[in-house]
Amino acid sequence: MSAEALPKAQGALRTLAAEHPGGAIAAIVLCAIALAAVLAPLFAPQDPFDLTSFDVLDASLPPSWLEGSDARFLLGTDAQGRDLLSAILYGTRISLTVGLLAVVIAAAIGIPLGLLAGYAGGGIDTAVTRAADIQLSLSTLMTAIIALALFRAGFGGEGLSRFAVPLLAVVIGLAEWPYLARTARAATQVEAAKDYVRAARALGASTRGLLWRHILPNIVSPLIVVATTQIGGAIMAEAALSFLGLGMPVTKPSLGTLIRSGYDLMFAGAWWVTILPGLVLIVLLVSVNVLGDALRDALDPRRPSG
Amino acid sequence: MRGVVAGLSFAARRLGQAALVMLAILVIAFAVRAALGDPLREIMGEAVPEAERAALRHKLGLDAPWPVQLARYLGGAVQGDLGTSTIYKRPTLAVILAKFPASFELVLGASLIVLLLSVPAGIYCAVRPRALGARLVLALSVLGISIPVFLTGIFLITVFSVWLGWLPAFGRGETISLGPWETGLLTPDGLKHLILPALTLSSIMLPLFIRLVRGAMLDELGHDYVRTARAKGASPLRVWLSHALRNALLPLAAVGGLQVGTLIAYTLLTETVFQWPGMGFLFLEAVTRADIPLITTYLVFVGVLFVVTNTLVDVVSLMLDPRIGLEGRG
Repeated sequence: MSAEALPKAQGALRTLAAEHPGGAIAAIVLCAIALAAVLAPLFAPQDPFDLTSFDVLDASLPPSWLEGSDARFLLGTDAQGRDLLSAILYGTRISLTVGLLAVVIAAAIGIPLGLLAGYAGGGIDTAVTRAADIQLSLSTLMTAIIALALFRAGFGGEGLSRFAVPLLAVVIGLAEWPYLARTARAATQVEAAKDYVRAARALGASTRGLLWRHILPNIVSPLIVVATTQIGGAIMAEAALSFLGLGMPVTKPSLGTLIRSGYDLMFAGAWWVTILPGLVLIVLLVSVNVLGDALRDALDPRRPSG
Repeated sequence: MRGVVAGLSFAARRLGQAALVMLAILVIAFAVRAALGDPLREIMGEAVPEAERAALRHKLGLDAPWPVQLARYLGGAVQGDLGTSTIYKRPTLAVILAKFPASFELVLGASLIVLLLSVPAGIYCAVRPRALGARLVLALSVLGISIPVFLTGIFLITVFSVWLGWLPAFGRGETISLGPWETGLLTPDGLKHLILPALTLSSIMLPLFIRLVRGAMLDELGHDYVRTARAKGASPLRVWLSHALRNALLPLAAVGGLQVGTLIAYTLLTETVFQWPGMGFLFLEAVTRADIPLITTYLVFVGVLFVVTNTLVDVVSLMLDPRIGLEGRG
């Protein structure tokens, strides 16, 4: 069965480009952003995490197209004199890292649980579904806020900033697992009733082999759709947490931290420190969501969008 | 008669569950306090001799075994005593309740905006799915979902406060005390301060509710009873509003009620952007200054909100559709 999945995926990508030009554009924009973020150390003008590479005397300089700018700083500088272009590139790196890590963690918990619940049914199914429902009604963001707030209250701002990236990924990943579990469960229930699963079971396949080798490859499509949307959710959650001061520290700013630290300057006229990272964040999130919607239409035709 | 009995037993069981959940939340809050807060250090600092510390510990009952302390905490909680804030030196519950009106009025304003816009927009998108306007609304709602709520707030402040100078960017403005309730809804200044925060908060809920109304309406419009009503000669408007919308409200009420956690989180973000003196703003202050009693009381308060809303949603669902309770019983 898994051999068939590949041409199916290629066909889906072609459908995506033909029927959802918006989705294709979003995919290209995302690739460009990801590439810029990954290669940032190669071409960013400075290392914004290295406190010795910038000078507070350069603080709050406007972008190059405005009066009073400095040719060294294309997008201007923040309150510490950090080059904003470099800060945005590195901040995007952090946002993407946390977003992807969080979804990997969510998938590592949610997909096995969903497969098991959908296949085994009974008590396991009830337990997983109940746990997912409770977690979902608490909402990703609220769960993450409470977890990080308690961490900060217990270990102080220092402890929080030292472990910010893994901590954010774990907290957001733990908060997001139900989405993947639910999708995996529903898709598994549909697949489990099909003839090929019965045939494999009759031939003596173990439950584990059945789940991983037969069912999982056939439910990849809806999982990809949900995972894409969840990456968007995780990036937004990271930005929100950092904006609240519960995420990345000022010394290692993500896009959310930049927006927060620039916010105080906005009333002094230095709008760029907030608005420019904000625009990048919005482009990132819109692309992920548009791509997610297009993927849903292309890969999962049964479910209408919306 | 059987239906009434079944309904009552459903309600009783639901209340029992709610009480259990509350107990669990209180136990968690107690555990957090025990793990994170050292009341002695907050009261007397580090440089006090051990003998004196032990004396105070005994006086405060902190040397008792933890089940005794838990029982005392629960006993206090039942009477509304959840501890004393280390920042404000007042009972935590009073501190939080004093901030409740601000948050409530913000949510009220946002909900009004969401209600007034999402129902007509959602119906329109369901009834005329191919119209340009419907596509535009849906495209805008993808954009709305993608913009983090704090950025919406910042953009609104940039345009309406910094550039145009029309609306205030911070705080609640002038308020009037109605007994314990401090309201900003009765002064022109208070209302002016409410506009931007309420718009910001509604911007994130609006796309979700438009999609919900649209989805629920699409489901209902496909049913036979809608066709029957049309065949009978009912006007389209009547079919949409009094037939389809009424039935679409049930899933809406359920999903809307379950969004309470999301709503609290977004309110917290909005309050931070606008320095709106509500509970979320207070909570972040408590976190920054490590006021453990205040933090745990906030968590308990959020838990209460949560349990009350979910119980209400279940009861309302039962009232709108009596089959639910009977199914749940079986």
